[in-house]
Amino acid sequence: MEPWRKAPAVFVANLLPPAAWLGVFFVLPLSLLWLYSFGDKVGITGIDINWTLANYARAADPLYLGILIKSVWIAGAATLTCLMIGLPVALAISFAPRHVQPWLLLLIILPFWTNLLIRTYALIAVLRTNGHVNYVLEWLWSAGDGLLNLIGLGGYQILGTGFTPWSLLYNDAAVVTGLVYVHLPFMVLPLYAALYRLDRSLIEASLDLGAGHLRTFFYVIAPLVLPGIASGVIITFIPALGAYLTPDLLGGTDSQMIANVIERQFKAANDWPFGSALSFLLMYITFFGLAVRSLLAGRRGGGVSA
Amino acid sequence: MASQISQDTIIRIEGVSKKFGRLQAVDNVSMEIKRGEFFALVGPSGCGKTTLLRLLAGFETPDAGRILIEGRDMTGVTANHRPVNMLFQSYAIFPHMNVETNVSYGLKIARRPRDEIMARTEEALGLVKLSGYEKSHPDELSGGQRQRVALARALVMRPAVLLLDEPLSALDAKLREAMQLEMVHLQKTVGITFLIVTHDQSEALSMAGRIAVMHQGSVRQIAPPGELYEAPNCRFVADFIGKINLFEGTARPADQPGRVRVHTEKLGILELQGDAEGSVTLAVRPEKIIISHEPGGLEGQISLHGTVMDIAYFGGHSKLFIDIGAGQPLMAEITNSNRNGGPRVAPGDRVRCGWRAVDTLLLTE
Ligand SMILES: Nc1ncnc2c1ncn2[C@@H]1O[C@H](COP(=O)(O)OP(=O)(O)O)[C@@H](O)[C@H]1O
Ligand SMILES: [Mg+2]
Repeated sequence: MEPWRKAPAVFVANLLPPAAWLGVFFVLPLSLLWLYSFGDKVGITGIDINWTLANYARAADPLYLGILIKSVWIAGAATLTCLMIGLPVALAISFAPRHVQPWLLLLIILPFWTNLLIRTYALIAVLRTNGHVNYVLEWLWSAGDGLLNLIGLGGYQILGTGFTPWSLLYNDAAVVTGLVYVHLPFMVLPLYAALYRLDRSLIEASLDLGAGHLRTFFYVIAPLVLPGIASGVIITFIPALGAYLTPDLLGGTDSQMIANVIERQFKAANDWPFGSALSFLLMYITFFGLAVRSLLAGRRGGGVSA
Repeated sequence: MASQISQDTIIRIEGVSKKFGRLQAVDNVSMEIKRGEFFALVGPSGCGKTTLLRLLAGFETPDAGRILIEGRDMTGVTANHRPVNMLFQSYAIFPHMNVETNVSYGLKIARRPRDEIMARTEEALGLVKLSGYEKSHPDELSGGQRQRVALARALVMRPAVLLLDEPLSALDAKLREAMQLEMVHLQKTVGITFLIVTHDQSEALSMAGRIAVMHQGSVRQIAPPGELYEAPNCRFVADFIGKINLFEGTARPADQPGRVRVHTEKLGILELQGDAEGSVTLAVRPEKIIISHEPGGLEGQISLHGTVMDIAYFGGHSKLFIDIGAGQPLMAEITNSNRNGGPRVAPGDRVRCGWRAVDTLLLTE
């Protein structure tokens, strides 16, 4: 065991580059930000680190607390929607013929090959007032209206006098939609990994003992892939909570999330200490989520983890 | 439909076939299994036994033919609605439930009353000698115990037929022998029809009342163990069940009706009971061969001379491998019935091997 004890030079030589990389680009900037979060702004660029907790106290201000809570809420809604879509998708993939599965997984990952910004603009083209969803809705409306005229109910204006496009953009729903669209693969992949490892004969045993597919899902599949579900939820929730581009482009004035506020502190407001404090608060929430996840994973040893 | 089938037929398989891609896993199989029978399905690995069992359980759908269980056509009936239960090769114990919850799972699904669930679970655990293990977790149990849990979980459902897929293959030799006996007793006690799949012919012979031998997806012979052993209907069954010596030959009808003259290279020309023409195989079981040191033959006996090459000692009996010229050595079995008799034969001995003509099997397929 412990071969590094026998060849410490090789071990150090191998470890040094990544350690240096992590140190310079991760630990160092993060430490700086951590220090800033305990400082005061002096002039335009100066920061006086005097171990004040004022920045953290300011985060508790109803304005920022409200945005933080709303961010959690939006990220939570997006995560839940991802789970509801992702679970059937992962189930379908894991029960597809073995040789088809890699192709289906590729379809899930495919959007990652396109830049997030482009994907988000594409979504705008789909959702905007003159977008594809509204085109379809308008077509459905005229078809329905034509049908009503045909059966002689045209005079009653049951569908209104004309088609009003739905406003699908620049609100919370648009942000949730965008987050679901972007983060769905994060949910599907761990779920699929857990389902893939699930012993098929357990499912067959449940069917054999008289349970239908629904009860087999709730009594056998779900409990056994619970660690996979937990992984998917955390892995989806964390980036969704820190989402910046999606709420910025798809959200309205009141649907900004915490990352947008942080961005404003570093840029427009030029308040690095407060921005740093908010960043660290966000990170602590993330750590809390991860801690809950590993606690769950540690407690139930029997399941299939992802 | 049901009236055509005799009352004691519990499973009727009619011309069932199943293909996986180009592979014909089950090929036009027909058979009937009787109520209360201990029926075994044997055959070499990959011959389609598991597939046939899965077709019965409803995990696969036949490409052709149909299956009737208790007179009901199972076409379109899903696994959860079939009156059979399966003992999986991997046991498939639910790892997130304790022994009791595992065993009572099916009854809870069937929404039986609480009292009944408790009583039947307790009874099933008693049957498999696991009383007291109710609260144990599956990963605290040994392989044998896990198998008992799986057995109880299936038996508690009181299925029309219990399907067992290689139930003993994961156990060590000693435990397997004990379990074989126990399974036979258990089957007698509960009176449920058992359909067991095994690749081990000796296991099938010792446990089952009737056996179907499968080869490359089709059933070659269905018979009780004794008949299968003493009167196999083809070369494959003769070779697969037990040990046997085979001799290739050609047959011609003899002058007497109902008899044939068979010419083989090693045995010369023999006249046997039977009816065949063309290429045939003669077969004789090792224990039918009598070994002696005296030369010459006896009336009504087939005789060969050879040199003992190897002796494999098995305690109660020994197997001799005798060189009789070309090809495979002749296999013979002698009983070690006398403790102080010393070895009757030794390697290198010149011996006469004889057996009665009536013990010679004439195989045409
Ligand atoms: N789901 C499947 N897909 C493709 N081939 C299969 C499948 N199940 C079994 N087979 C093939 O069918 C043949 C019979 O298999 P099986 O019934 O498991 O044999 P046995 O149980 O007698 O060993 C084997 O060649 C096996 O590889
Ligand atoms: Mg098998």
